[in-house]
Amino acid sequence: MISIWFFIGVLLLFYGVVILGQGLYELSSPPAKPVVLASLHIGIWWGILLLVLGGGYTRHFFPGRNR
Amino acid sequence: MNSNQLLSLAPADILVIGAYFVTVLGIGFYLKRFTTTGDDFFLAGRDMTAWIAGLSFVSANLGALELMGWAGAAYQYGILATHWYWIGAIPAMLFLGIVMMPFYYISKTHSVPGYLKLRFGEAARATSAISFGLMTILMSGVNMYAMALIMQVILGWDLSFSIWVSSLTVGVYVVLGGLLSAIFNEVLQFVLIWLGALVITIVGLIETGGWSGMMARVHQNTPGADYTHLWSTLGHFSDNPMGIHWTGIVLGLGFVISFGYWTTDFLVVQRVLSAKDLRSARMAPVIGAAFKMAVPLIVIVPGLLALAVLPFKLVGADEAAVNHMHSYNEVLPLMLARYCGPGLLGLGITALVAGFMSGMAGNVTAFSTVWTYDIYRALIRKNASDEHYVSMGRWSTIVGLLISIGTAYLVMRSAGIMDYVQALFSFFIAPLFGTVVLGMLWKRATPAGGFWGLLLGTIASIGMWAWVKLDPSALRYVAMSQDAKAMAEDMYRALWSWIVCVLVTVIVSYATKPLPESQLVGLVYGCTPIPSDGDLALYRKPQFWAVLVAMGLVILNIVVW
Repeated sequence: MISIWFFIGVLLLFYGVVILGQGLYELSSPPAKPVVLASLHIGIWWGILLLVLGGGYTRHFFPGRNR
Repeated sequence: MNSNQLLSLAPADILVIGAYFVTVLGIGFYLKRFTTTGDDFFLAGRDMTAWIAGLSFVSANLGALELMGWAGAAYQYGILATHWYWIGAIPAMLFLGIVMMPFYYISKTHSVPGYLKLRFGEAARATSAISFGLMTILMSGVNMYAMALIMQVILGWDLSFSIWVSSLTVGVYVVLGGLLSAIFNEVLQFVLIWLGALVITIVGLIETGGWSGMMARVHQNTPGADYTHLWSTLGHFSDNPMGIHWTGIVLGLGFVISFGYWTTDFLVVQRVLSAKDLRSARMAPVIGAAFKMAVPLIVIVPGLLALAVLPFKLVGADEAAVNHMHSYNEVLPLMLARYCGPGLLGLGITALVAGFMSGMAGNVTAFSTVWTYDIYRALIRKNASDEHYVSMGRWSTIVGLLISIGTAYLVMRSAGIMDYVQALFSFFIAPLFGTVVLGMLWKRATPAGGFWGLLLGTIASIGMWAWVKLDPSALRYVAMSQDAKAMAEDMYRALWSWIVCVLVTVIVSYATKPLPESQLVGLVYGCTPIPSDGDLALYRKPQFWAVLVAMGLVILNIVVW
């Protein structure tokens, strides 16, 4: 059976791509109504965190991988 | 788009939310092939690790009311709301893991009513199963309603649309994969809830200049009231925003309601029963307790941050509807809107939806198991095949969801969601805890004692509730003060009903013939050999981690005393 952590890893990886991508896009096209503390670019940092977590879990729990 | 809605979604948000629904449904379809027997469907094959069972144990409780309700309660009552996460959960979870789990696990019961059948006979099981089924369905309806309401406020979605979409999704993955599917999704949901809600806490604390800055602003915004101390304002009912006395918190919440919920509510206990061995089953609640202790970071802190930074006041749901203001229950979405842009907002919404769905799945799987094993098999059709009961489990999941949907529409007429649920807890859970704990720890308790204690404890609870409804001045007897508010009343009602249950059980047990000890093996302390884990390394023993978690609890309480 595929580990639940693999499913979680794949989803977080996808979320990392979407949220980091959106954060980078906003660097060049800032939104008309920015959120509070938009200068922190929290989307970029959170996207990177999700990418790292998701990538790590996906790789570690990849089906058939010998752990 | 509804002009009154709080947020609007960008394409990135829709991608994030859509990916979540695809994943949970995909997990359900994938796990169907592993769900063939009754044990697979109702107990996830009893093959879960301590981590999976422990995270699922906490996640099943992180439903709509937890996330939305307690963030709102933190805004309304301040840091006092943390009691529901610490003294109102941790001691009971540790007690379940260290003291009670061996009896649940060794008896090989499939449910809490199933344990009562083994210990006290069919009448106690039937009483417990029917009351649990009723409570679970009502809880599920409350969950759905809370979700639909908040989706209407946040995104302008129609109430019926939210109720049906979430129910169908949960229905599909639970019908396909049973408890296994529910547990897998609960672990996923737990991770998403944390990653979605933690953004608010981090950015909010940056905005307020850290913990001390947040507290300073809370003091500034709540002149004349103390929202920042956990224990020091509990000396009198009128000294704190919740209108409660420390005896209510310690005895009503910390003892009866908390122990009742965490040790006998099958919704959570079912997750632990799925563990692959006794050590995992004992470890799971301890792991769950460690995470539960941290949940205030993503629920209570956002409520306090709202108190610190929002430029307007939140009010009760009724006043909000009349005056077009925001209600307490909107704290989390308001804070999401404040800090989260596209993509992150989608993740935050996904966290809320995940919370709603994990709570709903918890209710539905527990209901399906109790209905199939403790009502249908026990009272309607005793000797059918395993395959037949799995099929009944799937059908009862669908029927349970439909009844929940009906309940959600009924609950739309009720104003105080939290109070309503607390009242339900005290009706059924508090007496049940009295019956189960006496059954496990007291050899002399007899079947008649267990049955009458449970029945009269439940009737006493409903009776006290009706008494105060008909004559509000009765509050001074039930809650020991006319100043007591609704939650305090629930605490004391739970305490009295537990006392009634215990007294009746003891008196009737002494008046009836005890069971021979040979019939109590595997069920009662003193008659059951508990497998020793003496050879395990210290760090692998559940008791070791339970002590560490307990020490953490004490330290945290002292820090915000």
